[in-house]
Amino acid sequence: MLPEAFKEAANHLLSSAAITVSLVIAFFFLCLWQYRKVTKPVVALPLSLGLIVLFCLSISDPNFFIIISKSDNVPIVLMLVLVGGCTWWGLRQAALNDERLEKGLPPMEADNREDDKVYVWPDLVYAEFIALIICSIVLIVWSILLAAPLEQPANPARTPNPSKAPWYFLGLQEMLVYFDPWIAGVVLPTLIIIGLGAIPYIDKNPKGNGYYTFKERPFAVTIYMFGFLVLWVFLVYMGTFMRGPNWNFFGPYEYWDIHKLEPLTSVNLSEYFYMRLLGRAMPANFLVREAPGLLVLAVYFGLLPLVLAKTCFRKFYPSMGFLRYMVMINLFLGVVGMVAKMYLRWIFNLKYIVAFPEFFFNI
Amino acid sequence: MPPENPVNPVPPAGPPSPAGASPPAPAGTGSKLPVPPATAAARPAAAGAEDLSRRKFLGLISWSGLGWAAFSAASGVGSIATGRFMFPNVLYELPATVKVGPPDDYPSDDVYEKYKDSNGVWIVRDAGQITALITVCTHLGCTPNWLPNEGKIKCPCHGSGFRRNGINFEGPAPRPLERAKIVLLEDGNMMVDKARKFQYEKGEWNDPDSFIPVTA
Repeated sequence: MLPEAFKEAANHLLSSAAITVSLVIAFFFLCLWQYRKVTKPVVALPLSLGLIVLFCLSISDPNFFIIISKSDNVPIVLMLVLVGGCTWWGLRQAALNDERLEKGLPPMEADNREDDKVYVWPDLVYAEFIALIICSIVLIVWSILLAAPLEQPANPARTPNPSKAPWYFLGLQEMLVYFDPWIAGVVLPTLIIIGLGAIPYIDKNPKGNGYYTFKERPFAVTIYMFGFLVLWVFLVYMGTFMRGPNWNFFGPYEYWDIHKLEPLTSVNLSEYFYMRLLGRAMPANFLVREAPGLLVLAVYFGLLPLVLAKTCFRKFYPSMGFLRYMVMINLFLGVVGMVAKMYLRWIFNLKYIVAFPEFFFNI
Repeated sequence: MPPENPVNPVPPAGPPSPAGASPPAPAGTGSKLPVPPATAAARPAAAGAEDLSRRKFLGLISWSGLGWAAFSAASGVGSIATGRFMFPNVLYELPATVKVGPPDDYPSDDVYEKYKDSNGVWIVRDAGQITALITVCTHLGCTPNWLPNEGKIKCPCHGSGFRRNGINFEGPAPRPLERAKIVLLEDGNMMVDKARKFQYEKGEWNDPDSFIPVTA
């Protein structure tokens, strides 16, 4: 159905994580930048129909079909459709509201407030009860039709290849590829939880409460949607559909060959600095050895917040105050740094910026 | 509209009180002295809530005491059972020591997987040494696979890669695989003891117990 040349090109482009993520990030910011035009049904409908047609044509490819039809992966395909639909709905409401707000009208949610009020009993409880019954039926029928995989008993000597976390942890598993276990498994999840919990304390702007808007809250909405859509949902996609045997990257129409050879010799920043740049042996003292990486970290987390306070965030800084600003900017730099570290691995095979294998401290 | 009480009008802000109807004596309290209605009407809000006699109080104490005792006993038994669960009768661990035969069984530079499933070690002959590499990835502890065509050990969980000698060179693994103790016995067989481990980054691979020299 699909021309081989197209499949070849897609495999070539989309088996590179750097290119795929760059395309996704570019598409993400394009949609937010032109959100009023992109969310119009005239644009959004042909776009989604085109993607659905492409998906249906792709099913004819046996390699594509094997991956999407795995019982574990079917819900992920549905989830991607659902996330896309809900994101479109939210942005569409925001676009309509922003037009109303510009004309001096109240947001749509403010109209007909009396009609919106219903009783918990019976209106809400009935609806919830019916939803519960429908969900149970769907789950039962689904689990009968798509036999959930029961694998052989666990054996410590045999790890499945590829060995994948449950789908909702695939983003975390992807992060583990680029960081030391304690960073990706302990520090980053803790920071995510603390960061989400800190949002009400960092963000004291009351605009956007209770109604959809993008124009009034561009920074907050962009940051949140980037974290959710790119760093969570897209990493789930990546872990499900791109990671194959030996945790190598594969294109959408590529055969998951266990012998696919990818030279990925990864190099620490200290090795880049001393061996490639200065052309000398690694210093024996580990503090001297890791000095370049420590300097990079100090500049990134120590100096950059102050520079940004005077430049990009000079409007935010006075209104937020020092403490609130520092919390916000360090969480922000953490998110950006995580993406930057992934790019450094993909493009330069950079392993760790600071590597103390002596103390299990690698960043 | 509820009918107004002409005898004892309830104040508009006050809570409706059954004592407002002013019965002659509260029934069922067991008290022989009739409570004057004026006293009950003076504390209309407290009359229902704080009618706690000594008998009721002691009853309450003993029932809640019994409840707490039962709860404590159940929690205690649960804690002991949980603690016991932490020390199982049988522990399915791979045996720590194994005889792996004479060095002649490993004639060429290669990774030998014979003892991977049973003991979790690869016997590796490389660069004039026979070593026992432990089959646990140093990143998060999955069991990697030896890929003979690529000549590397590759972890299926996060893509860490190790050379034949156990040195990490790709993916996130921060340090090389660990060696187990390997010694040549007097009967000519080699024995691997996983209880003693040797880490490259600590310089322990120079330890004579961590390899057996062979002519390359």
